[in-house]
Amino acid sequence: MFESKVVASNAVKRHVKVPLLPEICILVAGVVCFYIFPSNLGFLTEIVVMALFVLSLDLLLGYTGIATLGQAAMFGAGAYCAGLFAMYVHPDPLIGLLVAGIIGAGIALVSGSFMLRTHGLSFIILTIAVAELLFAAANQAQDITGGDNGLYGFAVAPLFGIFEFDFYGRTGFFYSLSILALAFLLMRQLVRSPFGLAAKGLREDQERMRALGYPVYRHLMIIYAIAGSMAGVAGGLSAQTVQVVGLQSLSFTLSAEALVMLILGGTGRLYGALIGTVIFMVVHHMAAALDPSTWMLFIGLLLVTTVLFLPKGLMQLFDIFMAWIKVGRRSE
Amino acid sequence: MIVLSNIIVDGLIYGILLFMIAVGLSITMGLMRFVNLAHGVFAMLGGYVAITLISSVGMPWVVGVMLAVVVVSLVSIPLERFLISRVYGRTALDQVLLTIGVTFIAIALASLIFGTRMSAMPLPALLSGSMDVGFRTMPAQRILVLISGILVFLSLWLVIEKTTFGIRLRAAVDHPATASAVGINTRLVATVAFALGAGMAALGGIVGSSLLPIEPYYPLKYMVLFLSVVAVGGLGSLVGTLASALTLGMVDTATKYLAPEYSSILFFIAIIIIISMRPNGMFGRGVNV
Repeated sequence: MFESKVVASNAVKRHVKVPLLPEICILVAGVVCFYIFPSNLGFLTEIVVMALFVLSLDLLLGYTGIATLGQAAMFGAGAYCAGLFAMYVHPDPLIGLLVAGIIGAGIALVSGSFMLRTHGLSFIILTIAVAELLFAAANQAQDITGGDNGLYGFAVAPLFGIFEFDFYGRTGFFYSLSILALAFLLMRQLVRSPFGLAAKGLREDQERMRALGYPVYRHLMIIYAIAGSMAGVAGGLSAQTVQVVGLQSLSFTLSAEALVMLILGGTGRLYGALIGTVIFMVVHHMAAALDPSTWMLFIGLLLVTTVLFLPKGLMQLFDIFMAWIKVGRRSE
Repeated sequence: MIVLSNIIVDGLIYGILLFMIAVGLSITMGLMRFVNLAHGVFAMLGGYVAITLISSVGMPWVVGVMLAVVVVSLVSIPLERFLISRVYGRTALDQVLLTIGVTFIAIALASLIFGTRMSAMPLPALLSGSMDVGFRTMPAQRILVLISGILVFLSLWLVIEKTTFGIRLRAAVDHPATASAVGINTRLVATVAFALGAGMAALGGIVGSSLLPIEPYYPLKYMVLFLSVVAVGGLGSLVGTLASALTLGMVDTATKYLAPEYSSILFFIAIIIIISMRPNGMFGRGVNV
């Protein structure tokens, strides 16, 4: 009796829930930041773009258990493509973003076709090697990519033909924020769908899923392509808002830093990806005065302590806190 | 013809060097099913310790090198006991993250202490010149790489095939659960193997400093290279690691001779092809991490 009542009240609660609440939260938080830090819009945009990139990593790592160290391959490819597309083909930002997404998915499909057949060490090396290969290629093709100097000098047309990408980065910020909210909505739908649940099944036990007759390889490919296209879009956004694409967008350091952000926030929760990114980027920004070596030392220590003491990320602190409050209430 | 013989000779020496550095990684990965991205740290550390001992402290070259190898082995023991061993049996991701963390810390400390530029290894007179080896002259250092590599391989082979420790090691690689059930202390075996591997990597880092120069980014720069040697050779296999190190050494040398501009691109393509074709190694014993 009692139990069914609880269930019923939960069900009622669920109906009362505001639709799109998380996305509204993201947008509101963005608008609040816009008014509090009007002179730091470039940095805020960078956070938003990174959050999208880390979200794509969370789909692979947190939800499907694919431990990749080469997600920057898709980010960088998307960034270079968006830049080159704006320079030579068409300056419209949304079409450019679409192209970046397609390129990200394409690279994921091509590299995934052989990588996803391997496991463990071989898989990890292949993910690094593919990203390093693209890095070496971009470094070599200086005529196209600008090499060390980076790719610059491309102009992006106004969004919808109305909103120009101004010097202060207002358009860039709201444009990226909207894309992030949209991606978050799609991700939320995805991980709740039967398809997303099957992804969690793959994370828990691939052999069992195979034994149940599930097309494991095909499923992994689709997820890898979705995450690849998201990373490509993030790269494209970065190119369009910063207007420069550097080699570091394909680097191992970028893949590793994205991992740190995800681990910091906690894998397997979409909020974790956002919170980890914000914390990491803010700390990085404040530590800009430090020399790169000290910053690297900091990331290293952060990684080691997180793995040893907070394997579920900072969100674990939140869980511990909530559990503590619950215990407190019960004892009252 | 000359190019071909150069590729073979230089590739052989480069491959032997890769074997020295990577063999410890292969054994410990085979033992504990542990993904270690930080192994290059030991090679770099060996280089820096040797440079300090010889240049700053003023020790004779041979003494400095041997002491550096011992120091690195000793340093690796607490690292394995108190840090690395805590993620044995955890997911590959946790192991990757922890060892990336260790790598970043090592890079940062090396740049803070020794500066970000390459550090030159002091050399005794005997090793600084070149030698005539019949069909061509060769830097004496490379001959040292060849000799130490062969010595490392032979002594490792003797240890693994002929000693009690070797029997325990092989048992633990083949089946850790059974090995510990028959009373082998696999944790101790792992620690000893880890220290041995670190020492060999240090030796490789020191004698190979003309081929892979000592600098703070060393562990990150050659990470893929060392890991690929292990993956291609099959985890925990001595002969497999040697064969794969020689193969990759030849491939890398060949691309540098034939298409120097595209060498890194071609090398990564080669690694990608080899590993995707044989994900358990060319001579894999089928041990999976």
